[in-house]
Amino acid sequence: MAYDYEKSIRPGKLPHIWCPGCGHGIVMKGLIRAMDTCGLDRKNTAIVSGIGCASRLPGYLDACTLHTAHGRAAAFATGVKMAKPEMTVICCGGDGDGTAIGGNHFIHACRRNIDMTYVLMNNFIYGMTGGQFSPCTPTGAKASTTPYGNPDPIFDISKLAIGSGATFVARTTAAHPREIDRLIVQGIQHKGMAVIEVLDDCPTTYGRRNKFRSVVDMMKHLKANAVPIKAAAKMTAEQLEGKFLTGVLFQDTEKPEYCEMYAEVIKKAQGA
Amino acid sequence: MSGARLEIIERNCKGCSICVEFCPKNVLEMDVFLVTAPRPEDCIKCMQCELLCPDFAIKVHDE
Repeated sequence: MAYDYEKSIRPGKLPHIWCPGCGHGIVMKGLIRAMDTCGLDRKNTAIVSGIGCASRLPGYLDACTLHTAHGRAAAFATGVKMAKPEMTVICCGGDGDGTAIGGNHFIHACRRNIDMTYVLMNNFIYGMTGGQFSPCTPTGAKASTTPYGNPDPIFDISKLAIGSGATFVARTTAAHPREIDRLIVQGIQHKGMAVIEVLDDCPTTYGRRNKFRSVVDMMKHLKANAVPIKAAAKMTAEQLEGKFLTGVLFQDTEKPEYCEMYAEVIKKAQGA
Repeated sequence: MSGARLEIIERNCKGCSICVEFCPKNVLEMDVFLVTAPRPEDCIKCMQCELLCPDFAIKVHDE
């Protein structure tokens, strides 16, 4: 009945560093369940991250983990996958790490359609560095660097991934824990670049500046505004204002995978 | 009687109260910064508390 998460966590690592109520812990649980469901061998699984709160995640997991430079998770993961195509490569990171500092690496990994799973935890803010606004901070929201409200329009990470060429794009929230592992499993089993955007809560630097009185308010907000993609088809644009679509948003199984294409190049170069 | 046993790992609990709010049967309660389970007999084993706990601090066991 109770799930044994501890067997996948490095001994002595709990309690983790995340703030009370931070959704990253829920995502980590989802990732552990997904890895178990897929039956991944720890010696053959690389989990790569950059810098940030969300990027602390691989440090807790008992697998081959790589904690790299800020925003460079996708670049390092591409290297791992190219050198060892038999490995399962999973990237973890936050919205700032993945779409601002590492935005370039992220879109080019999507463009190449290399076989990896990118779990992007979008908590709408730079949490670790003190609550500066990120490309995903909603317009009008307050952050430590935008005390009068953020004037910038947001990045829609899922649309960015689809537009850049990723072949599996899904979105869910930390308030839907069963959906997290279901989507990560689909992402791992998909051959090609899979992006799973998990909308997350940051009570410490985002919630308290934006009229969320508690962690629970933020979780309820995520739960109330998530609309499954099938239900959204029957709704009008007005009804969808301020909501976020969840579920598998895009999947393409036709596009060739990068490592396979590169293997062809190697064959040609060797004169086969 | 549902026969659930709720294990609370006090060392991990940070007192965010997500489990208390999302429990549909009001089994859990906050004791300042620590969760307690005063009504385990009401538990229907929906697992919401275990799934939503970000801190690996609560487990629902079959009795």
